[in-house]
Amino acid sequence: MKIKLTLVTVLFSLFFFGAAQADKIRIATEGAYPPFNMKNTKGELIGFDVEIAKALCEQMKADCEIVAQDWDGIIPGLLAKKYDAIIASMSITAERQKKVSFTDPYYSNYLRFIAKKNSGLTISKSGLKGKKLGAQRATISAQHLEDNFRKTANVKVYDTQEAVFLDLKAGRLDSVLVDAYPGYDWLTQPDNSAYDHVGDTIDINDKIGIAIRKGDSALADKFNKALKEILASGAYKRINGNYFPFSIY
Amino acid sequence: MPDFSLITQYGDRFWDGTLITLKLVFLSSIIGLMIALPLALARSSKKRRYWIPAYSYIYFFRGTPLLIQLFILYYGLGQFPMITESFLWPVLGDAEWCGLIGLTLNTAAYTAEILRGGIRAIPRGEIEAAKAFGMSWGLMQRRIVLPRALRIAWPAYGNEVILLLKGSALVSTITVWDLMGETRSVFSRTYALEIFLYAAIIYFLLTFVLTRVFNLIEKRINRYLVCY
Repeated sequence: MKIKLTLVTVLFSLFFFGAAQADKIRIATEGAYPPFNMKNTKGELIGFDVEIAKALCEQMKADCEIVAQDWDGIIPGLLAKKYDAIIASMSITAERQKKVSFTDPYYSNYLRFIAKKNSGLTISKSGLKGKKLGAQRATISAQHLEDNFRKTANVKVYDTQEAVFLDLKAGRLDSVLVDAYPGYDWLTQPDNSAYDHVGDTIDINDKIGIAIRKGDSALADKFNKALKEILASGAYKRINGNYFPFSIY
Repeated sequence: MPDFSLITQYGDRFWDGTLITLKLVFLSSIIGLMIALPLALARSSKKRRYWIPAYSYIYFFRGTPLLIQLFILYYGLGQFPMITESFLWPVLGDAEWCGLIGLTLNTAAYTAEILRGGIRAIPRGEIEAAKAFGMSWGLMQRRIVLPRALRIAWPAYGNEVILLLKGSALVSTITVWDLMGETRSVFSRTYALEIFLYAAIIYFLLTFVLTRVFNLIEKRINRYLVCY
């Protein structure tokens, strides 16, 4: 009996020790937010977020697995321990911080309105009165529209960013509010030359961080240390240069 | 522990969404029923030129997911300049209209099939009696066939309206601010799972009221069947 019990204890400790040793970090990204995270024609995840995730893992000498997860369920999935971190251009907000913790920011985000060239729109409550404005659901842009224009304009939210742009081109929207860099990326595509930014960059003090479960501070420390190191080593700058001719940190 | 402050904070959004959902279900079930009546008659007809088009329509709308029908109506049609520049665009360009049209066309197909079942279940003797009275086809449909079919099919029709209520949640994917649309947006900023529970309770209450209303109407229209 005693031997059996010891055996069980040994097996159990081996199991847990083994799991701890493996040190595999599972990271979720959305895969539908170019140029930060998207899928190439082979279905592999690519983009700024994915490259940063790989660089961080390399710096931490950790074994990482990057998985795709729809935006709507990305925080619930983290809480359900389907993965350990979210590197998906997620803004650090007070509402999200009630559910998850964030690392130090790895880039800063701004919002910009996009409309047809010469639309004559002025970005203000009165200038956008009665206009049809679109954004992707569950984003800072959507919340900004809902909080500021829900009562005066016709705010529409979409499940994907592609659908927002699709409806802008179909003429169902007068303007869309979008994160500055994906908006910049969209405008650089030749199909979209009839569109441009309207109004100024909206600085909503939006910092992008890596989300982890609350209490997982060891992992947060590791990410923060690795982030400082890739910023210092130039690895971050190299990845940034692959996507934008200006620094987004 | 659920966070009840969410109800006070976002209550007005739930209310707005519930009104939109009710409006869509009410209008689409009524217009759908009006389309379904002639559709069911055509479907029951022995003449090919009537039953083939009706059957094709029903087959298409029952054979494809409502979600795809809504996407084709909303995103699909928006791709063609022929449509975006036509007089139809003020209607087809609007998300709520697209949702209403999609739900109506869909429920019309199901309702027509339910009514056809009702028509087939009418005792032969009643039809023969109508014919014996010398009723014309139109009069017979109006006075005997359709009222009888509707009475027989009523419980099944009530079921269809409940399915329609729950199916209407799909219009949130084409930017309509229905109950589901509001729920998803509120959830996306709070990440409180009880938000979905509140929405489920509202849908449940709506269904509860609907079944009561349908039962009352059923009792009333079928009261001649009760034996004393």
